[in-house]
Amino acid sequence: MAEMDTSGGGHKKKGPGVKKGKKLSTRIDLTPMVDLGFLLITFFMFTTTLAKPKTMEINMPYKDENLTDAEKNKLKASVAMTVLLSKNHRVYYYEGIGDNPDQAPDLKVTGFKAKDGIRDAIIAKKKIVDGLKRSGALTAKDEMTVLIKPDTTSTYSDLVNMLDEMSINDVKVYAIIDISDIEQGFIQATETANGVQ
Amino acid sequence: MTAMCDVAFLLLTFFMLATKFKPEEPVVVQTPSSISEIPLPDADIMLLTVDTKGRIFFSIDNKLKRKELITSVNTDRNLGLTEAEMNSFAIGSSVGVPLNQLKSLLNTPPESRAEIEKQAPGIPVDTSVLSPNNELAQWVKSARYTNPKLRICIKADGEAAYPHVKKIIRTLEGYKIFKFNLITNLKAVPPGTAAFEQKKLAKAE
Repeated sequence: MAEMDTSGGGHKKKGPGVKKGKKLSTRIDLTPMVDLGFLLITFFMFTTTLAKPKTMEINMPYKDENLTDAEKNKLKASVAMTVLLSKNHRVYYYEGIGDNPDQAPDLKVTGFKAKDGIRDAIIAKKKIVDGLKRSGALTAKDEMTVLIKPDTTSTYSDLVNMLDEMSINDVKVYAIIDISDIEQGFIQATETANGVQ
Repeated sequence: MTAMCDVAFLLLTFFMLATKFKPEEPVVVQTPSSISEIPLPDADIMLLTVDTKGRIFFSIDNKLKRKELITSVNTDRNLGLTEAEMNSFAIGSSVGVPLNQLKSLLNTPPESRAEIEKQAPGIPVDTSVLSPNNELAQWVKSARYTNPKLRICIKADGEAAYPHVKKIIRTLEGYKIFKFNLITNLKAVPPGTAAFEQKKLAKAE
């Protein structure tokens, strides 16, 4: 391979009686070098970080203790969807904001799955809001809003999955809010009704 | 053979030049996946790592800023750190101990520090920035003071319970930080969804 040709041109045969000059071989065994080369390649391949970690940007709603009630935007119940994240990656959702403690909202249970999951529920809700906008019941400024309320038994992955659903389904307005005791009660009630431990 | 060797060494040169060593991580964290494609910025990051048990580790890049940071924390909290201890902080990676254990951590040689980090209780945090126990608030405040350009990244394990993350978010909100980044793995956009259509449109343009 990469060795020099030292045979000295085309004079392959020398006449009889001509003494062959003793030549030292200039061939070098390259195998160790190649071995080392591949070793280094493997080393660098394993240590390198070609795939840089990705980040998702999150904007929390502005919060200020000095904000008066009049300055705050009121959320219309018709555009709102409340999603409760609970244990074992279960997701409970209902339409509206559940501000009436006497009348329990119709809590539905689902999860993060491809079929009949929370995604389909969001898409369905989006269609309803779009329909209301067209019929004139809502103004063009109204946007579908998702209220994400993770409870204490939910994990961080639930939250990220939920936020991801927001970007997947192009929901522009959403907020992460603390779960209320009433809603915690709703989850309990649904769990006992369904016989879930 | 010659051709193969050439290729091999070309690859070797490529990897040697392109490589950037993985930063030292205090704990192994399995981040959840999202469809977000924004790459993590190279510089000016404050990284808050949360492991499965909810322990919080804090780190910022840039050795000089780390020195400034520890000097500021030292004077704020009267930690009584010596110059050598502060230098040791500057060249270290992340912190995951309460402030009162910081001195002893910095006095341990770097070789055995990794062992201590594994047992570290994490930085104490609370839901309010005003709480004296909220040491994360102190770190965040001082770090933003030394480098206002800092981008805050939360790298939490998918299995970490939500309340741990909530405390961090509340602390950041206490400083009126409403915009931060969550570090995630990349996953494919599910077909047939709004984001999928948008991506298709963007590609077509």
